[in-house]
Amino acid sequence: MATEHSILETRDLTVRFGGHVAVDRVSCRFERGTLTAIVGPNGAGKTTYFNLVSGQLRATGGTVLLNGEDITSMSVPRRTERGIGRAFQLTNLFPTLSVRENVRLVVQSRANKGFDLFSVAACHVELLERADHVLAEVRLIDQADRIVSALPHGDQRKLEVALLIALGPQVLMFDEPTAGMSVDEVPVILDLIRKLKSDMDRTILLVEHKMDVIRSLADRIIVLHNGELVADGEPAEVIALPIVQEAYLGKAPEAA
Amino acid sequence: MLTRLLSGDTPRSGILTVFLLLILISLAFAPFLFPGTKSLETAARICIFIVLVASYDLLLGYAGIVSFAHTMFFGIGAYGTALALSATGAGYFPLVWGTVAGAIVAAIFALAIGLFSLRVKAIFFAMVTLAVASAFAVLVSQLSWLTGGEDGLNYRIPRELTPAFKLIGGKVFGVTVNGKVLAYYLVFVASLVLFLIMLRIVNSPFGSTLKAVRDNAFRAEAIGYRVVWYRTTATVLSAVMAALAGSLLAIWLRYTGPATTLSMEIMIDILLMVVIGGMGTLYGAVLGVTLFILAQTYLQDFMGVAAEATSSVPLVSALVAPERWLLWLGVLFVLSVYFFPTGIVGRLRERARASGR
Ligand SMILES: Nc1ncnc2c1ncn2[C@@H]1O[C@H](COP(=O)(O)OP(=O)(O)O)[C@@H](O)[C@H]1O
Ligand SMILES: [Mg+2]
Repeated sequence: MATEHSILETRDLTVRFGGHVAVDRVSCRFERGTLTAIVGPNGAGKTTYFNLVSGQLRATGGTVLLNGEDITSMSVPRRTERGIGRAFQLTNLFPTLSVRENVRLVVQSRANKGFDLFSVAACHVELLERADHVLAEVRLIDQADRIVSALPHGDQRKLEVALLIALGPQVLMFDEPTAGMSVDEVPVILDLIRKLKSDMDRTILLVEHKMDVIRSLADRIIVLHNGELVADGEPAEVIALPIVQEAYLGKAPEAA
Repeated sequence: MLTRLLSGDTPRSGILTVFLLLILISLAFAPFLFPGTKSLETAARICIFIVLVASYDLLLGYAGIVSFAHTMFFGIGAYGTALALSATGAGYFPLVWGTVAGAIVAAIFALAIGLFSLRVKAIFFAMVTLAVASAFAVLVSQLSWLTGGEDGLNYRIPRELTPAFKLIGGKVFGVTVNGKVLAYYLVFVASLVLFLIMLRIVNSPFGSTLKAVRDNAFRAEAIGYRVVWYRTTATVLSAVMAALAGSLLAIWLRYTGPATTLSMEIMIDILLMVVIGGMGTLYGAVLGVTLFILAQTYLQDFMGVAAEATSSVPLVSALVAPERWLLWLGVLFVLSVYFFPTGIVGRLRERARASGR
């Protein structure tokens, strides 16, 4: 019975909002060390699928398995502890705190120090160093002391990615990480994702619209349409499918 | 050393440092600098309210939780000490166990309210605290066989803390060092220690997490923090601190009643003091409390003088008549919120940052 479990698996995962089925019986396995791109038109249910996996939303039906363990009814922080991490499509930061403090809080959570009441946070040098290391990676270190709400949108997007990198989970879910970034910032983020991918223990789920990005990064593409998983396979093969061509790429034709 | 004592949270503004030092020195030497019963009463009230308001700021300013039950916890502490002293007579033992019991009961109440209602919407928590606090106030006034009802409790405290006790025969700087002065120093030192403990808590990893929860609870969960536990712990800590402040008041006044501890008026005063001083910074509590209590205590006197001086000018003298002190306090409050939306401390720090660049 020593079957290897996929790191992440969803079985018949479903959620209904009233009469509208936003995610419809999605069954899918994700293997260690792979990067899967999730594509589909706006409103297809990509973000909602992420919400079900990371726990922000409770499924109406189906299960989510992490390393073979059923986590469907676990709370968000417990799933985070188990190794699911996520960056959000709509920037979702700690607005009144500094950039460094945002990242430090993630590092602190990971070090399990949140309930330490009697030491001075600023004295935990190792946490600050780790935070600065991540900020240097995403090229935000020169903004470290700024308050997040005063940051330009592109830098907020970078910080959003920085928080996930600082968390360093087994499963990383990026929801349109480069949307709203200027052209010269995009490669920084893509290089980071590529670097994460080279670490064979990590599994990456990436919602992305830009086909060239997907081609260069993805090992596999799955297509969601009206909440249903309609295609799944190698990038070249999936991109060639008629349903993808018309439903999704129709609006953004590729210059091959 | 000093930075350690302040948990690295220095005032970060020259003017603020001056104000804080001024307040600290005035309170530390109050019996000698401002002799007289009224000024000593005022100084002790300021000390106790600094603890009370700082503990409320821990909840409102740091954790972003709105509670109307803070006076209930204040009252639980005061009644704990008062009941113990009334039951067993003056002594240090009942004083200590009454205080400890009050703090424990406050913690249990806070834990129950927190676990029951912090999972859901913030407004629900606020409503629950309002309901529980009102019910508690009614209960205290109904159980008059135990609590003395509306009349409250008068009791004796250890003789060393009463005016009848003389520490030394002569006078020090023209002031008799009696038990009342000792009681003042008990209040002062206890308040200082409690304040420094709270300063440590808000600057700890736990305190930093509270700010994250306040800013964005949704994201705090997504990075692994169990938000309900953080909120509940903050509620419990804040309740215990408020209860200890209540015990200090009970010891200082030798009287505990609904009007001095449980009234809605005190709850509103606490809110005003937090907002005037500046939310989310404990130094704000120090400034807010000092200004507010000084205004509350001396505005009437000051206006009396002003009214006399302007008695020949009809409209002005009517405006500054001592009966209008509450109106002016209200005006002061509105002005301070309008001009310092981040509170006095927030404003001073902004200035310091701007001039530092
Ligand atoms: N909390 C919600 N309540 C009701 N409908 C929702 C909710 N979240 C998402 N939806 C609906 O579910 C569908 C899928 O949305 P979403 O997952 O955000 O799409 P995508 O990320 O693929 O653009 C949309 O029709 C959206 O309106
Ligand atoms: Mg989306």
